[in-house]
Amino acid sequence: MNNEIMSGDEAVARGAWEAGVTVAAAYPGTPSTEILENISAYKEDIYCQWANNEKVASEIAIGASIGGARALSAFKHVGMNVAADPIFTAAYTGVNGGLVFVSADDPGCHSSQNEQDNRHYAPHAKLICIEPSDSQECKDFTIAAFELSEKFDVPVLLRMTTRVCHSKSIVSLGERNVSASKRYESRPSKYVMVPANAVARHVVLEENLKSAEEYAYGSPLNKVEWGDRSVGVITSGISYQHSREAFGDKASYLKLGITYPVSSKLVREFCAQVDKVYIVEEGDPYLENSVRALGIDCLGKEVVTLQGELNSQIVGKAFGTGRKIEKYEVDAKAPARPPVLCAGCPHRGFYFTLSKHKGELVAAGDIGCYSLGASSPFNGFDTLVCMGGGFSMPIGLSKALEKQGDRRKVFGILGDSTFFHSGITSLIDAVHSKANVCLCLLDNSITAMTGHQQNSGTGISLMGYEVPRIDALKLVLASGVEESKVRIVDPLDLQAMDKAITDAIASTGVFVIITRRPCALLKEVIRANAGAHCVIAPDKCVGCKACAKVACPALAFENGKAYIADPASCNACGLCAQMCKFSAISKVGK
Amino acid sequence: MTTNILLTGVGGQGTILTTKILSEGLVKLGFDVKMSEIHGMSQRGGTVNTQLKFGSKVYAPNIGEGEADLIVAFEKVEALRALPYLKKGGRIIMDDREIYSMPVLTGQQEYPHDADEVLKKAVGNVTVIPASRIAAELGSIRSQNICLLGALVAALDLGGIDWEKLVESSVPPKTAEVNVKAFRAGYELVRK
Repeated sequence: MNNEIMSGDEAVARGAWEAGVTVAAAYPGTPSTEILENISAYKEDIYCQWANNEKVASEIAIGASIGGARALSAFKHVGMNVAADPIFTAAYTGVNGGLVFVSADDPGCHSSQNEQDNRHYAPHAKLICIEPSDSQECKDFTIAAFELSEKFDVPVLLRMTTRVCHSKSIVSLGERNVSASKRYESRPSKYVMVPANAVARHVVLEENLKSAEEYAYGSPLNKVEWGDRSVGVITSGISYQHSREAFGDKASYLKLGITYPVSSKLVREFCAQVDKVYIVEEGDPYLENSVRALGIDCLGKEVVTLQGELNSQIVGKAFGTGRKIEKYEVDAKAPARPPVLCAGCPHRGFYFTLSKHKGELVAAGDIGCYSLGASSPFNGFDTLVCMGGGFSMPIGLSKALEKQGDRRKVFGILGDSTFFHSGITSLIDAVHSKANVCLCLLDNSITAMTGHQQNSGTGISLMGYEVPRIDALKLVLASGVEESKVRIVDPLDLQAMDKAITDAIASTGVFVIITRRPCALLKEVIRANAGAHCVIAPDKCVGCKACAKVACPALAFENGKAYIADPASCNACGLCAQMCKFSAISKVGK
Repeated sequence: MTTNILLTGVGGQGTILTTKILSEGLVKLGFDVKMSEIHGMSQRGGTVNTQLKFGSKVYAPNIGEGEADLIVAFEKVEALRALPYLKKGGRIIMDDREIYSMPVLTGQQEYPHDADEVLKKAVGNVTVIPASRIAAELGSIRSQNICLLGALVAALDLGGIDWEKLVESSVPPKTAEVNVKAFRAGYELVRK
C-alpha cells in the first residue's frame, strides 16, 4: 500500500481528489489555507480558485453542486460567518453532486480573532457535521462526506481544528473516483428558493436529517472502543486523541465521527453500558448538550475548560486521573518574541509615519500582516474586529466623534486582499455617507499573512494562469472618491508618505491613500534584492538611536552603536538610512 | 510508549522542514509518527515550535509540559523558553546562535546570554552545537537546520536508513551538497 505522511489539510485535498471532486473554491485563512493550495496540485482534474471571500467561494461550490459536480469550499471558522448566508439556504435546496463545506476552527486563537465553535452551525444551518481526528480520517471522512451529502441530499460540514489541520500523520492513498459527476437537470422547485418552494423544501430537509440520524447509528464513522466500563468517554475530533492518552484502557470510548445529527440511539446504548459518562470536547458544551437533552447525566464543561486547546494533561487534570507533571525550572527568563513586521516590510514606512501624527487621528485596523502595526512601538490603530471592518468601522467611529466635537481624523487601514474581500462595499458606504475619513489601502500585491496567495489584484490565479488584474485604484475612483483626494505612495519614501497623511488630515470627506510596494518576502522581490543590505559606518554612528524608531528586526545595537545584526534578512529598504542625520547608513550590493 | 521531540526556533530558521525530513525517515523505519506544527502569525519573526512523536502507536500529536525526551533548539533563548516541556532526565541539543527579538532590540527586555550555561547547570544533558557557524563555514547559514537534524539523528541513534540521501532529496537541488555536509557535521559532533 502507498503510504504518505500528510497534514490534515493535505489529506482533505487528497480525499477531495479521490472522491472525484471537480470544482473547489476558497478564500485563504489559517488553518484552512493549505486545503486549496494542495487541491491546486490536482488542477488537471479539479477546477479550483481563490474567491474574493468565503461567501463567493461557497456560492461557487453550490452552483457547481447543482450543476452535477462534487464540489468543496473551505474556510477558517470566522470565514464561515461570511459564508453563512448561502449555506443556510443550500441546506434547503440540497445537492446534486455532493457538496462539502470545510470549517477549520482555531481553538487557542493561534492565528485568529476569536475561538468560535462552528459545530453549532450544523444544527443551526441544518447540515450533516463530521469531525476527523487525524490525517487518515481527514482523507476518509472527506470521501465519506461526499457520499453522505448525495445519499441524504444535504450539504456536509467537515469540521476541523488547527491541531487536526496542521498535524501530520500517515495516510494510505487510494485511486480517484472518475465517475462521480452527475448530469445537470433543471429543477426549479428544488433550486429556486422562493417562499412556496422553500416551505416545501424545509419539510424534505427535516426528513432527510431524520434519515441521516438513523444512518448514523450504524455508521462506521462512529466508533465504540470498549475498555474499563466504569467510565464512558464521549468525544470527537482531536479530543479523542487527548482522551486516549489521558484515560488509556481505564475507560471505554464513544468516538463520534458524525456529530450532527448525533445518533440518540447510539448514545443511549453506550451510556447504559458504563457507570459514569464523561464528555471530552474543546470549545463549547456541544456534545454535552445533546447528551443532556436525552436526560443522561454526564460530566463535561463543569470540569473541562471552555477556552483554548485541550491536551492530555488538561483532560487528565480535569477528571482527576492526571499524573503529577515533573519539569525543570530555572530563574533565567526568555525575553518575549512577539511576531513583528519583517525586515524590509513596506508596511513599516506607513506605520512609522502614522505614529508621528498620533494626536491628530484615530485609526481602525483590519485582518492581515498589517495588523502587526498595532503593536509597540507604532501602536498603529485602536480597533480590529473582522475583515472589511477596517473601512466600515471608521464611518461609525467618525460620526460618533463628530457628535462629541472631537475633531481628530478617523483613519481606516486594510490590505489589497481584504479590500477585494469586503472593503469595496465599505468604501462605497463611506462615500455614500459622506464620512470624514481617510481610508488607507496597503497594497503589497499579495495575500501575505496566510503565506502568499494570489488575489484579484495580482493577475495570477490559484491554478497558476494569467487572469485579468483588477485595478483597485479604478474601483476607488468608480466608487465616487474625488481624484484630488486620492494619493498613491511608495510607503518606503517617508517624505511622500508624510505628505499624504498630512494632506489627508487637512482634508474633509473621504480621502484615500493607496500605498504600493510588494511584500518583501515575495520570491521576485527577494531575487531583485539578492545580496543587497544596509551597512552602518561605526565611525559615523553617534548612537542617537533615531534609526531604532522604525523598529526593524534586522537592526541591533552593541556598545551604544547601531549595526545590521541580520544582513541576510535586511533587503536595503533604506528606512533606517532615511532616519539617520549623520549619513552613517548606506546600502550595499544593490 | 512514544519518543517525544520538540524542535524550536524562530520563524524562517527551517524547523518545519527539519521535522518533515525527520518524520519521513521515521516512517521509513516503520514507526507510527505524528507531528504538529503551528504556523500562521508565528512566521513573522515569532517563536516556531514543531512537535514530533513516534513509537508503535501515537494518539495525540502534541506534547505537554514535562513530556519531551529531546528538545532541539535552533536559537539560544528558545531552548530556555522550551525548558518546561523537557522530561526529567531528558536531553537538550541547541545552537548557541542569538537572534534578538523586538523587545530586546528596543531595550525593553534583557537577552540572557548565559542561557546555555544556565541550562547545562539545571539539566546536565545539554549539547551545544554551533550549527549556524558550521553551516556558514560550509557555505550557507541556511543549512543550520540540517546540521541540527544530523545531531538529532545521531542523538536518537536512528540507523537503518540512508539519511543523507533523504536530506538530498528533500532540499532544493542547488543546496543539496552543502546540506549533506551540514548533516554529516552535526551527526559526527554528537556521535562522538
